[in-house]
Amino acid sequence: MDLFPSMPLAQWIDDFVDWLNNAEFIFDGIEAFISFLLLILTESLGVIPEWIFIIALTVVTFIFGGRKTGLALFVLIGLFFIDNLNYWDDMILTLSLVLSATMISVLIGVPIGIWMSKNNILEQIIKPILDFMQTMPAFVYLIPAVAFFGIGMEPGVVASVIFAMPPTIRLTNLGIRQVSSEVIEASDAFGSTAGQKLWKVQLPMARTTIMAGINQTIMLALSMVVIASMIGASGLGEQVYYAVGRNQAGQGFEAGIAIVILAIILDRITQSIGSSSR
Amino acid sequence: MSKINVEGLTKIFGKKTKQARELLNEGSSKDEILQKTGCTVGVNNASFDVEEGEIFVIMGLSGSGKSTLVRLLNRLIEPTKGSVQLDGKDLAKMDTKTLREVRRTDMSMVFQKFGLFPFRTVASNVEYGLEIQGVDRLERREKAEKSLELVGLKGYEDKFPDELSGGMQQRVGLARALANDPEILLMDEAFSALDPLIRKDMQDELLDLQQTMKKTIIFITHDLDEALRIGDRITIMKDGAIVQIGSPEEILTNPSNDYVEKFVEDVDRSKVYTASNVMVRPETVNIEKEGPRVALKRMRDANISSIYVTNRNRKLLGIVHADQVSDLVKNNKDDLEEVLEADVPTVTSETPVTEIMEMLATSGVPIAVVDNDRLNGIIIRGSMLAALTGVEVNEDGSVS
Repeated sequence: MDLFPSMPLAQWIDDFVDWLNNAEFIFDGIEAFISFLLLILTESLGVIPEWIFIIALTVVTFIFGGRKTGLALFVLIGLFFIDNLNYWDDMILTLSLVLSATMISVLIGVPIGIWMSKNNILEQIIKPILDFMQTMPAFVYLIPAVAFFGIGMEPGVVASVIFAMPPTIRLTNLGIRQVSSEVIEASDAFGSTAGQKLWKVQLPMARTTIMAGINQTIMLALSMVVIASMIGASGLGEQVYYAVGRNQAGQGFEAGIAIVILAIILDRITQSIGSSSR
Repeated sequence: MSKINVEGLTKIFGKKTKQARELLNEGSSKDEILQKTGCTVGVNNASFDVEEGEIFVIMGLSGSGKSTLVRLLNRLIEPTKGSVQLDGKDLAKMDTKTLREVRRTDMSMVFQKFGLFPFRTVASNVEYGLEIQGVDRLERREKAEKSLELVGLKGYEDKFPDELSGGMQQRVGLARALANDPEILLMDEAFSALDPLIRKDMQDELLDLQQTMKKTIIFITHDLDEALRIGDRITIMKDGAIVQIGSPEEILTNPSNDYVEKFVEDVDRSKVYTASNVMVRPETVNIEKEGPRVALKRMRDANISSIYVTNRNRKLLGIVHADQVSDLVKNNKDDLEEVLEADVPTVTSETPVTEIMEMLATSGVPIAVVDNDRLNGIIIRGSMLAALTGVEVNEDGSVS
């Protein structure tokens, strides 16, 4: 197979990444925005005393999560457990990372999903890109992320967004396309504008599906937590990463369990929002 | 002038519509066009007028293009060619903004599977049309409540559609269509998804409502019984083209071709026919100039046992029976009035046949059809049976 010289794909990509460095001002802007978002989240979440946070989240879960006692109880005990293991501050950092990645994903993903649902050609173009984003090993995103955003939480957020955004786009697109044609016809027949149709009919009808996408995005962002810690993102993932490096199974599992608890809480809350109330 | 005037309306689905149109003009069939171009002819050159305040039924089997046709009227589907004039404005050429305005104020639609918004309450479903026009909250709530009351759903305002039965859901659909008080109602198989008893109730209710509303209603159905029941005029479609337009009676009695004839073959005529369809010309005696002997002779000639008695103006006075009249003759009396029985079963020519059947079963004498006191005809068992089985009935009651 020496007939063909090896294609310098790596070289091309490196060149492309180098070239992208010219757009540093854009990346600086993005970095500043993410830092700001993270700051607000960590500060506002971190300033709340643990017990108020625990009780408040329990109550909120109970009210908005369809009044399930078991779920509320799990939130109460789970958060108390994390605090008890002294992972509270790490948990807040991880939560901030996950929430900001999710917010950015939703902010970008939902409009793309909507756009895609209205345009078949666009759908055909975007779908393989989404496949690519999801199947590419998540570690690979760390490299350009570091190149553009340095070390720390910000590149972690960026890598998480790239890895976690596809479900939101996919399911927004799917949700809107699934709205029954008769309901769409009804809204057209009464003289809705495109905007009215979107806001008053399509998005409400697609809500459950879109929420399922956001739920998946949150879960994927959480799964990036440990990976992001390799480029300096602090939080629970960092604890796991350290434990791996020092061969401390106990600490590793402690932090790991904390991540699992956080994941279950976030998962159940978003699922409840998606399915409860109309 | 008619309310809606449809001229040469055509819809071809597919990519090579131009080629398909040419083939269509040359008279190719739907199947040939599909084979040659891959295009489906949805509606083929449909032309008709709908008068203000009538219920215009478009009927055909599935795939006949009736649902496409109704969607061409409010342009949920873009016509390939042709015009839809509404009060003289051509909908097919209208810009989006004007079209939206027409959809908002002039025509509403009721859907086969209701097309309700499941996440909205009944009231807020009904309000939808007004909401998107920017009508304020209180006013639209008021109109929605009025509309719901009209369809008999008062008190269900805060329920959600999935908490209601099918019939009730379609009432919501109807209320929603009525809420913005349109002149035209497009009803696409509106009652087809309901079970037969509820369907009949809804048909009755629509007819009741129509008495007061006087909307122009275009009603799509695949059910001939339904079409005959509610339609002022009926259009029959086949393969996207209109086969016949006419009143229910015309369609039944005078089908324009084999297709329509086959269609109406199995119809339960008792639901459509009225007295005027089944009556025959009666034998009568004029009491002012004819006596018992004439009456007796006439009965003997016609081989009947009783005869209706009228005055000079054909006003129905009563009936006399052969045995009593012959008693009169035996006793040499001349006045028929002595044996005249004034209490006879009567109906008007508008009375539906279903009601008459019961009377006919219990009555010993023919039933008189009387309009404005004038005796127009009588109904005997033979004429009724003949008409219901589709056999021509002659004036004298014999069948051919």
